[in-house]
Amino acid sequence: MSTPNAAGNAVADALSPGLKLRKNRRRVWRPLGVIGLVVLVIWILVAVLAPVLAPHDPLAQQSDRFLSPSGAHWFGTDELGRDVLSRVVYGSRVTIPLSLLLVVCSLVIGAVVGAAAGYYGGWLEMLVMRTADLVFAFPAIILAMAVVAALGPDLTNAVLAIVVVSWPSYARVARGLVLSSRNADYVLATRLLGASGRRSLLVDVTPNVAGPILVLATLDVGNAALLLSGLSFLGLGVRPPAAEWGAMVAAGASNFDKWWLGLFPGLAILTLVLAVNFLGDTLRDMLDPRTARAVIQ
Amino acid sequence: MRNVLTWRPRPYLKFVLVRLGALVLLAVGITLVSFILTNLIPGDPAAANLGQRALSDPAIVAAFRHQHGLDQPLPVQYGKYLAGLLHGDFGTSQRSNRPVSDELAEYVPATLELAITAVVVSLVVGVGLGILAATRRNSWLDQLLRVVSLAGVSMPTFWLALAAFFVLFYKLGILPGGGRLDPGLDPPPHVTGLYTVDSLLAGQWDIFGNAVFHLIMPALVLAAYTVGLLTRFTRASMLEVLGNDYIRTAHAKGLPGRTIVFRHVLRPALVPILTVAGLAFGSLLSGTVLVEQIFSWNGIGQYAYQSALNLDLPAIMGVSLVVAVIYVTVNFVVDLLYGVVDPRVRLQ
Repeated sequence: MSTPNAAGNAVADALSPGLKLRKNRRRVWRPLGVIGLVVLVIWILVAVLAPVLAPHDPLAQQSDRFLSPSGAHWFGTDELGRDVLSRVVYGSRVTIPLSLLLVVCSLVIGAVVGAAAGYYGGWLEMLVMRTADLVFAFPAIILAMAVVAALGPDLTNAVLAIVVVSWPSYARVARGLVLSSRNADYVLATRLLGASGRRSLLVDVTPNVAGPILVLATLDVGNAALLLSGLSFLGLGVRPPAAEWGAMVAAGASNFDKWWLGLFPGLAILTLVLAVNFLGDTLRDMLDPRTARAVIQ
Repeated sequence: MRNVLTWRPRPYLKFVLVRLGALVLLAVGITLVSFILTNLIPGDPAAANLGQRALSDPAIVAAFRHQHGLDQPLPVQYGKYLAGLLHGDFGTSQRSNRPVSDELAEYVPATLELAITAVVVSLVVGVGLGILAATRRNSWLDQLLRVVSLAGVSMPTFWLALAAFFVLFYKLGILPGGGRLDPGLDPPPHVTGLYTVDSLLAGQWDIFGNAVFHLIMPALVLAAYTVGLLTRFTRASMLEVLGNDYIRTAHAKGLPGRTIVFRHVLRPALVPILTVAGLAFGSLLSGTVLVEQIFSWNGIGQYAYQSALNLDLPAIMGVSLVVAVIYVTVNFVVDLLYGVVDPRVRLQ
């Protein structure tokens, strides 16, 4: 067993087989999970309703430059006299969908490939897991920077580049979980009853894999948002007039005494990622019987 | 206690050799993946590195391609690259025309110094806070540490870096704002390339102090994510071990709590913690791209950024290869540590 794979298996172990939530566990009050869910829903509403919520046109250079926060401009105005609040609101329309896109693509590719590897074994498993080891070590941010440099500042390109190197974490977890449930008695029983391999994989094994994968994906949405806004901070995100949080923080970095330029978009990233992590962390506790037991005790 | 007379190192030696063999195969595989991915980048190195006028002259473009071996089939290019690697030749930068190996030798130590400091800080602080949270679980302190560690994991590195820069350098002026040494100072004589180590070796205490002073802010910013991660995992891992029967036995026979926590719980709990620490090292190396940019730290993060912007393929390949190999080597060491920490692993 090669090195990162062993490490990946340990992480899969840490995420543990997804056992169903016992009923009495629902009574435990989980304030952080609720806060996370509420904040996340608010951010999604902000993204959907941006044209209604934003007080100004995010691109219009209508006011004086560098107005500090006031009643007219709650978050002040930027170096071109644009309303920072409106730009923060519109920025959610870049970061949120692209982070989701990144996670969904990696999840679908990784989970399908990993589950197949775990279920069928043999040369397929060998090929998939060795490729995963090799690709996983490649630094995502360098590949993303180079691809964006080649194709022009557009985070969608960065997302596609990152998917190429980010699917292995899902593949490893999915494979580990499928391996642990493949030989469970109830799966063998359905096979004896005549269910096909594909059917038992989809119907019997998948539910056990779904929980931990979902937890991993939730936590990963936060990482995706951080990585994408980081690329944008480096000037590799969006074409200039468009509003994006990382790029706005970069504008704040070059106008240091105007603290509101960088503070508010940064808080937007932080609250979004924090909400996702609160939610993911709570889900993990609920799904992981070992830590859940410790919480109950 | 292990009986010294019957103890033989053979199982562990075999364990090490098998892992080492896997590491070498992995490193070779990584060169192939780096080569393929870098060549999949849909850009023209000639367009990125030659000026407008040179580009309009087909002869100059052809000469550039020939000089960098781009006119040969990809398998041949890969073969030549691999053969070069065996001699420590990473190719020639298309941007600067210098050997990539020279440039890497210049930039890698700076990043290692930063990343190692951040890892040490993360392990000490993260594991410490995790132990604290696990031993006082469900108390207000546990809840607070949970929020703090999740905040650490959620913090945009570049934003935290700017905030630290704004407060600690711009407003208060208590820490230097960037670079590895004050502008007037000369680096210590080159031995390892790590300024802190080299200055100590040369006995230059003032340089050592200055280098440490410059390390504090970037290293702490870089460590924020891994501290949060390790706190969470240490807590979870400790709680899992705390649920075992032998812990109850230890309590029952009257061992003091401190002994139980450090001797009976922490040691088996360390295996998943080390795994996460090894994996986190990868995120540290990526995080350096942003942190180095803000703190003008001349490491591979800045080098990777410059190379990527210029589509300098040999440099991108070289820096990715170095990062990937450092990453798998760290995880190899983590694997070996498993065997030390948990002897059961050696026999698998």
